[in-house]
Amino acid sequence: MDTRVFGGTSQAGAAQSSEAIGISLVINGRRRDFVIEPWVTLLDLLREQEHLTGTKKGCDHGQCGACTVLVDGKRINSCLALAVARDGAQVTTIEGLACEGLAEGHGLHPLQQAFVDHDALQCGYCTPGQICSAQGLINEGHARSRDEVRESMSGNLCRCGAYTNIAAAVMEVLEKADTR
Amino acid sequence: MTSPTRTTARIGDPLNRVDGVAKVTGQARYAAEHPVEGLLYGWVVSSGITKGRIVRIHDEGARALPEVVEVMTHTNRPQLPPFDHSYTDAVSVPGSPFRALYDEKALFNGQPIAVVIAGTLETARYAASLIDVEYESESHNTDFAVALTSQFVPNDKRSTFEPPQSRGDAHAAYDAAPLKVAADFHVPAYYHNPMEMHASTVVWEGNGRITVYDKTQGPQNVQAYLAAVFGFSPEHVRVKNPYVGGAFGSGLRPQYQVYLATLAAKMLERSVRVVLTRQQMFSHVHRPETVQTVALATDTSGRLQAIINDAATSTSRFEDYMETVCDWGLMNYACENASAKYTIARVDTYTSGDMRAPGAATGMTLFELAVDEMAYAASVDPLQFRLINYSDKNAMDGTPFTSKALREACAQGAEKFGWSRRTPAPRSMRDGRELVGWGVATGIWDALFEKTSAHAKLLPNGDLEVATAASDIGTGTYTVMAQVAADTLGLPIEKVTATLGDSALPKSTVEGGSKLAASAGAAVQHVCRGVAEKLLVAADQLEGQPLGGARMEDVTFAQGRIALKSDATRSISFGDAMSAAGLDTIEVEDSPAWHSGGSSQTRKSRNTHNAIFAEVKVDEELCVVRVTRIVIAVAAGRIINPKTARSQILGGVVMGIGMALHEETATDHRLGRVMNHNFAEYHIPAHADIQDIEVIFVDEPDPEVTPLGVKGVGEIGIVGTAAAVVNAIYHATGKRVHSLPVTIDKLLV
Ligand code: FES
Ligand code: FES
Repeated sequence: MDTRVFGGTSQAGAAQSSEAIGISLVINGRRRDFVIEPWVTLLDLLREQEHLTGTKKGCDHGQCGACTVLVDGKRINSCLALAVARDGAQVTTIEGLACEGLAEGHGLHPLQQAFVDHDALQCGYCTPGQICSAQGLINEGHARSRDEVRESMSGNLCRCGAYTNIAAAVMEVLEKADTR
Repeated sequence: MTSPTRTTARIGDPLNRVDGVAKVTGQARYAAEHPVEGLLYGWVVSSGITKGRIVRIHDEGARALPEVVEVMTHTNRPQLPPFDHSYTDAVSVPGSPFRALYDEKALFNGQPIAVVIAGTLETARYAASLIDVEYESESHNTDFAVALTSQFVPNDKRSTFEPPQSRGDAHAAYDAAPLKVAADFHVPAYYHNPMEMHASTVVWEGNGRITVYDKTQGPQNVQAYLAAVFGFSPEHVRVKNPYVGGAFGSGLRPQYQVYLATLAAKMLERSVRVVLTRQQMFSHVHRPETVQTVALATDTSGRLQAIINDAATSTSRFEDYMETVCDWGLMNYACENASAKYTIARVDTYTSGDMRAPGAATGMTLFELAVDEMAYAASVDPLQFRLINYSDKNAMDGTPFTSKALREACAQGAEKFGWSRRTPAPRSMRDGRELVGWGVATGIWDALFEKTSAHAKLLPNGDLEVATAASDIGTGTYTVMAQVAADTLGLPIEKVTATLGDSALPKSTVEGGSKLAASAGAAVQHVCRGVAEKLLVAADQLEGQPLGGARMEDVTFAQGRIALKSDATRSISFGDAMSAAGLDTIEVEDSPAWHSGGSSQTRKSRNTHNAIFAEVKVDEELCVVRVTRIVIAVAAGRIINPKTARSQILGGVVMGIGMALHEETATDHRLGRVMNHNFAEYHIPAHADIQDIEVIFVDEPDPEVTPLGVKGVGEIGIVGTAAAVVNAIYHATGKRVHSLPVTIDKLLV
C-alpha cells in the first residue's frame, strides 16, 4: 500500500516548495514514497510525517542515540541523516522490530522481551534507541563480552541510569543467539 | 525470568513494569508525540544577552517565509495578568515567577524572547534563525564566587525548607579538640537533562477549552497554573502526561514551554506544539551551585566533638530558591556540639530548583567527604568511624526515627563488598598498573507522604481499574498502583489497569520527593479496600449466605473470589456476589485518612538511609578513574516491587557517579552563558562508565512511617554516592579533591 506524503508541508502549511525531491523508503517492510525538502532529517520524517514516534529525539545533534534506527541493517543516528540521502533504503524502527518479533511467533522481539524482563528501562525515552542499537550491535557481530557491549553501546545515553540492566538484557540475547 | 502470571500479585513481588511493553515497542507517546489535526510548530528564540533590554526584534525575514504563521514576542502577545500571584504554582518558591515574553527585559542568558510559529518544524526552525535582535546590555554577574560576597538569608522561605538547628558550642569544642579537619567544598550547577526535552502539545478544542500534553511531574499543578495565567476556567483545561521521558525535578514547576505553547495557541486559536532544543534545556531549572565549609573535630578515639557545617547555594535575581543542605550531617551523627549556617546568593540565571534529592545529594555528599578525612585524621577505619558516631535518634532535634536500619545497611553492604579485606593506607592496593581504592559513605533522605485520592472500579469479571492524577516519570508509579490494587483484591496483575497522568483524575500530589509510591499506593489500597467491603456486602445478598455474614477480618480475597479464612472451600466469585446484589460495577473514590503524626503522640523523624561502598581503579600515570564496583545497601521501609525499586536506586547511583566524575556546568561569565550546553560537552555517564552495581534492600518494617510502611526510593540512591567514589579515589591515590567532579586534571597536580 503506497501512500504519497508531501513532506515539509502540513495541513496547515503552504504548498510544497520547489526544492522538494521525490524519494522512496521501505519503512518497516512497507514501501513509502515522499516528496520532501533536502533538509528534512530521517528522524523528523519518521516522527512528524509518518507519526512513528517510537523513534525519539534527545538532542538532534548525534550526541545521545535516542534516535537510533536500523538502515539496511546498520544502526544510525537518524537525526544526522537527511532523508533524501537515504533514497531506496530499508528502514527499521522500534515499531518494525516488534512486527519482526511477532512474525517469529513471539509477542515481542527477543530484545524487547529481555528489556522488559531485566527492567532495562525506566522512563522509556532512550529505550527504542537502545534496543535498535543493540540489534545493530548484534548484526555487526563484533561485541561478545559484557565490556565490549558496554563500549559498543556507549553512543546511547540513558539519564535514568538503566545501564547495568540494559547490558544484562543485551548479553542475554547475545548469548542465546550464540548457542543457537 | 518472566513475571509470574495469573496468580495473585502481591506487594513485594518483583513483577515486570506494567508499562514496559508500551515502552519497548514504541507505543508509549510522550508530550510531543500526540498527533493533532492542523498542528502548528513553535520554535523558541533565546536571548543572546544575559541582562538588559530588548530594543527591537527584526522578524521581517522570518515573516516573509510563506509557512510562517506568526512571530510572537512581548510586543504582540495576548494580554497577561499583571500580578505575581497569578503565576505561582503548587511548588513555587518566594519571589516573582518568571513570565516569558512579558516585557522587554532580559533576565538571564537563553531566556525565551520570541516564538516563531509555522506549519512545519523545519520552517519554524529556519525562520527562527532569521530573527535579529537589538539589545541594550547591562552588566551582569553569573559567577557564584562573586555573588557570595552578598550572600543572605531571605525573610520569606519556601514552606518545605527546614532550617538547620545548632546545638552546644561547636566553635569552642572545635578549638579545644585534639584532632580536627576543615575544608571548603564545591559542586557546580547541574542540569537535570532528562532524555526527553521539555515539550508541550496544546490542542485548541474551541469554546475556550484546551487539552495539553505536557512534560510535567504534576498535571494538576500545570492545569491550575494555565487556568490562572491564561484566564481559562480550570475545568476547561485538561493536562495529560501519561508518559514522561524522565524529569528528576525539572518538571515539578510548570516549565516555560507549556506557557509559550498555550500563549501561542490562545493568540492564534490553533493547536501548537513547542519542543525545546537540548541547548535550551540549559536555560531553565538546575541544581544550584553549592559551596560548603565543613569543620569536624574528634577526641583521640575518633568520637565527634564538634561539627561545623555551613553552606551557600545559588538562586536567581527574581526568586529565592532554598533547599535543605546543612541538616543532614547534623541529623546523622551523634555529637554534642554542632552548628550550621545556610545562605543563598543571587546570580543572573534562571532560578535554581529541586533536582533528585535536593540539598542532600550535595549537602550530605560533601559532608561525607569531610567525614572520611576526619576518620583518617583520627586513624579510624571510615566505616568504623560512622558506627562509633552512630545516632539512633535524629541527632539534630532529638526526635526518634520511625525506623533507622542504617547499622544493618552498613553491615550487609560491607559484607557483600568485602570491606574487611581493605588495607587502610592510601595507595596500598593495586591491580596491575592501576591503583585500587575502596571508599564508603552513607546517605539520608526524607520519607514523605501526602494525601492523595484514587478511584477504583471493579467489573464482575474481575477486571479492576485504578486511577489517580499522579505521574510516572520512570519511577514505576503505574506498576506500584497496579500491584497494590492486585494485592488488596487478590487479583493477577493482568486484571488490573492503572491510569494516571491526567488532570481530570482524582487529586494527586506532584511526583517529587520520593513520596508517590507511599502516597498513591496508600490511596489505591484504601479505595480497593472500599471495593472489597462493598463486595462483601454484596455477597451477603446471595441466597443462603455461603459466607455466613462474615466480616472483613474473616475473609480473604484471592483469585477473584472471596473465601472464608476458616474454611477456604466456602467461597464465592466477585461476579456472583455482584450479580446477587444487581451490581454492574463497584466504584469507590476517596483518599485515606492519615495524620503524619501517625498513631504515636511524639513527633518522629521519617527518613531513608543508605550505606554505599565504591571501588575505583585509577591509572597511575594517566589518572583515568574507573568505577568498577558499587554496593549500596538501602534501608527504605517496605519495598512494593524490588525490581522497579532496584532500578530507581541504580538510577540514583549512576547520577551520583556522574557527580563524582563527569557532570559540570561550564559558564563563560563574560557572556553569562552555559558554554557546554549539549551532551557532547556536558558529560553524563555512558554505558562504558558504569560497571557493576549491586543493590541490597535491608529489611526495615515500619508500619508507622506511612500507611503502607513505604518510604520511597527515588532519591536515596544518589545521596552520598559521589562521596563513596571520591573517598575511594583518595584511598587509591592519596589525593583529596574538594571540588566536584574529580576530573583528570585535578588528580594530575
Ligand atoms: S537525537 Fe539523534 S543522537 Fe540524539
Ligand atoms: S530509561 Fe529514561 S533515559 Fe533511559
